[in-house]
Amino acid sequence: MDVLVCIKRVILAGNTFALNEDHTDIDTRHLGYTLSPHEESAVEAAVRLNEEFGGTTTLLTLGHLDSEEQIRSQMAIGPDRAIVLETDGSEWDPQATANVIIEAIKKEETKFDVIIFGSESADTAGYQTGIRVAHALGLPIVTNVKGLKVENGIARCERAVGNMREIYEVSLPAVLTVRDGIAIPRYPSVPGRIKARKKPMDVFQVEKPAAKIEKVKLELPPVKAKGATMLSADAAGAQKLVEIFREIGVLS
Amino acid sequence: MILVFIDHDRGVIDDISLQGITFARSLDSSIEAVVVGGEANAALLGEYGVTKIHHATHASLTDYTPQAVGRAVAEVVKSASPSALITGGTPRGNEVLAHVGAMLDLPVVTDCSEIDLGASTVKRMRWGGNLIEHAKVHTSMMIASIFPHQIAATPAPASAEVIAFTPELTAQDTLVKIIDRTGEAAGGVTLAEAKVIISGGRGVGEDFTLIESLAGLLGGAVGCSRVVTAAGWRPHAEQVGQTGTKVAPDLYIACGISGATQHIAGCKNSKTLIAINTDGDAPIMSYADYAIVGDLHQILPAIIAATQAAKG
Repeated sequence: MDVLVCIKRVILAGNTFALNEDHTDIDTRHLGYTLSPHEESAVEAAVRLNEEFGGTTTLLTLGHLDSEEQIRSQMAIGPDRAIVLETDGSEWDPQATANVIIEAIKKEETKFDVIIFGSESADTAGYQTGIRVAHALGLPIVTNVKGLKVENGIARCERAVGNMREIYEVSLPAVLTVRDGIAIPRYPSVPGRIKARKKPMDVFQVEKPAAKIEKVKLELPPVKAKGATMLSADAAGAQKLVEIFREIGVLS
Repeated sequence: MILVFIDHDRGVIDDISLQGITFARSLDSSIEAVVVGGEANAALLGEYGVTKIHHATHASLTDYTPQAVGRAVAEVVKSASPSALITGGTPRGNEVLAHVGAMLDLPVVTDCSEIDLGASTVKRMRWGGNLIEHAKVHTSMMIASIFPHQIAATPAPASAEVIAFTPELTAQDTLVKIIDRTGEAAGGVTLAEAKVIISGGRGVGEDFTLIESLAGLLGGAVGCSRVVTAAGWRPHAEQVGQTGTKVAPDLYIACGISGATQHIAGCKNSKTLIAINTDGDAPIMSYADYAIVGDLHQILPAIIAATQAAKG
């Protein structure tokens, strides 16, 4: 089973963001990078499919060549190859992103059985790249998948809604978008890391089209410094909390 | 006229969909809705100001069928020519808009907090609401989802006329649909609906007995941070945060949770937030209404005892 996983490098967010001088971007000078949690889980899910059914996993990313760091660290848990659609690192909107991924998939000799995306990226969260790609390739798509079992060429997909799970079934080939929790990513082994350094990575330069959704500037939301009322860490504090429970109507 | 897509599960309309209608009313006085499958729900939608409901019914639409829903909505867009297509930002709402966007080859802007249709600009949430983007949208028709809990749903009674129609679906449109549901009997309060959530982070450790006890006493649900699910201490279904469940309960007690942006994105709309943490400078403190600095393993038993005593 040949799997393609589309991933995106995002900044490693801490507790607050700082913006650059003209407020057009996050000040990244002191920040590291990572993948969205959904996509780390997507890579793990792909590797598990290879372990069960054989085949390969290919990673695809659109972004700066520095994304190689994130690609190599994901390759350390199993993926065989990577495709980088190289840009200057500036943002692409969802339609432009989907279009260039569609072109790249069409050019591939490998006919992927499963194409996996994160359900939405941690930073811009458009919830749509996978769906646009599925439409263009004429493939069925199941989104927000949190449980996956493939049998006889049919993927049984679970989607979490409250305490329930909705079950969808789809014949492969198909596109899936997955959520954090579908598979907890394993830690890479030392031999895995060493092998990852030599795995093939094809780089193609791509040209950015005019944005349909054009970022003008960024703004930090006003911090509602609530000025927490401090309570004592003893029985008196606990008693005060009980009064608060009553006040807000959660305890009768 | 603005067309609002209504997300429902087997006829039950989500509050976030009503927030979508309420938001749309701030942009235009004429609001129509599109409901696919289930019931038209004319009484409820009318109460929130909808004057016309396009209700799609089809033999294949026995349960949620994402692409077919998108097809039906796209058909209404073409026939009714709204100035914008809006929905509350539920997972299904965002999914259906993406299908519509793909079918009509139009941009889709998600998680919006403000929309100016005249200027074709939006403000939208990034990083789960921790950063706001101002964007210009180059489109012939605005397609946008509204960030959940951005505004409260408020009624504006009108009388809604129902127009039933049968959408033209392709075989591909109905390939993916819900074929079964599991876990319904599990019961308990769901995280998204809970009025009270007692949530634990790294500081709790593997044993969530204290968290469960207090949640049980207050009839609430147990939540946790991503650190906890990544460690395998608790099921992923309990994760509150940007990649878990976003919640807005009456009471949220964050125990041993530092307050990374990932977690804050999921709990900052809580009406009352109480933080219990050994670190008085933890980021969670700036979002808290009440805070106790100390070891939750000593404080929670005192709170549990006091709550039990109060219940008598």
